[in-house]
Amino acid sequence: MDDAELLESLLGGDESAFSELVGRYHPTLLTVARYYVGSGASAEDVAQDTWIAVLKGIERFEGRSSFKTWLLRICANRARTSSVKEHRSIPVDPHESGPSVSAHRFDQGGFWSEPPVPFTDAIDARLDNAALVSAVRDAIRILAEPQQAVVTLRDVKGLSTQEVATVLGLSEANVRVIVHRGRSRVREIVEEVMKGSKL
Amino acid sequence: MKLLPSPLVCRDAVELVSDYLDGTLSHRERRRLEKHLAQCVACSAYLDQVRATIAASGAVRHEDLPSDVVEGLVNLFRQYRSDN
Repeated sequence: MDDAELLESLLGGDESAFSELVGRYHPTLLTVARYYVGSGASAEDVAQDTWIAVLKGIERFEGRSSFKTWLLRICANRARTSSVKEHRSIPVDPHESGPSVSAHRFDQGGFWSEPPVPFTDAIDARLDNAALVSAVRDAIRILAEPQQAVVTLRDVKGLSTQEVATVLGLSEANVRVIVHRGRSRVREIVEEVMKGSKL
Repeated sequence: MKLLPSPLVCRDAVELVSDYLDGTLSHRERRRLEKHLAQCVACSAYLDQVRATIAASGAVRHEDLPSDVVEGLVNLFRQYRSDN
C-alpha cells in the first residue's frame, strides 16, 4: 500500500496502517531528530512526539505536500524547538575546508600517486553485492554529523537535495558539499575495509 | 579569442565526482571532467567506486525496529483513540 492508502486507513482508525507507517518512517524520523538533538533519549522523544502530532493533525492534513514531507517537517520543527531548549548547537562539518581525498595520495602535480584500491572485481561488477551494502551501511554509521544525517537522507532514504535542505535547515549548496564529503568518506572507509579483508 | 578550459588534474577531478553523478555540474565542468576521465584510469575507477557506493547506500535497509518501540507507539495510538 502506498502512503496515501495507509493514511486513508489510518483516518478510519486502522491500527495496522499506523504500525506500517511507523515501520516505514520511524528510522528516518530518528535520523532527523539525532541531527538536531544528538543521539539518545531526546531523539526518541522527538520522534514519538512527531507521531502524536500526526495523530492530532491528520484530519487537517490536506495533502498539498506528500505525507512524507509533512511528517518530516513536523519532526524537524519539533527537533529544532527541542535543540533550542537544550542549548544544543547544530553540527558543523568538521572537514568542510579539507580535501575529500587525502592530499598524500596525490603527487606534487596533482596526479594520483596512490590510486584507488579496487573494491575487488566481484564488488565492482555487481552493485547489489551484499558485502558492499553491509560495508557501506557500517561506514555511514560511523560518519560524523552532519555527514551522517545528510548521506542517510539523501542516499539511503532517497530524498532530493532540496528536501534534505528543507528538513535540516541547510542551503542546497551546503547539502551538496556535505553529501560530496560524506560519500567520499564512505568510499574511503569501504576501501580500507576491503583492503583489509579482500572479500 | 575564446579561452580553452585548463585541463583537470586528478586532485581536482575527484572533487567534481559527486556533483557529476547528481547531474548538477555546469556543462563546461562536465566536459572538463569527462575529458579527464577519458584519459585517466584511476579517476574512472574512483568514479565507479563512488557510483557503487551510492547504489549500495540505496540498498541499505534499516533493521526492523525493535518490537518494544513499535509496541510503545501502537499503545500511544490506542490511547489517543480511546481519549478522542
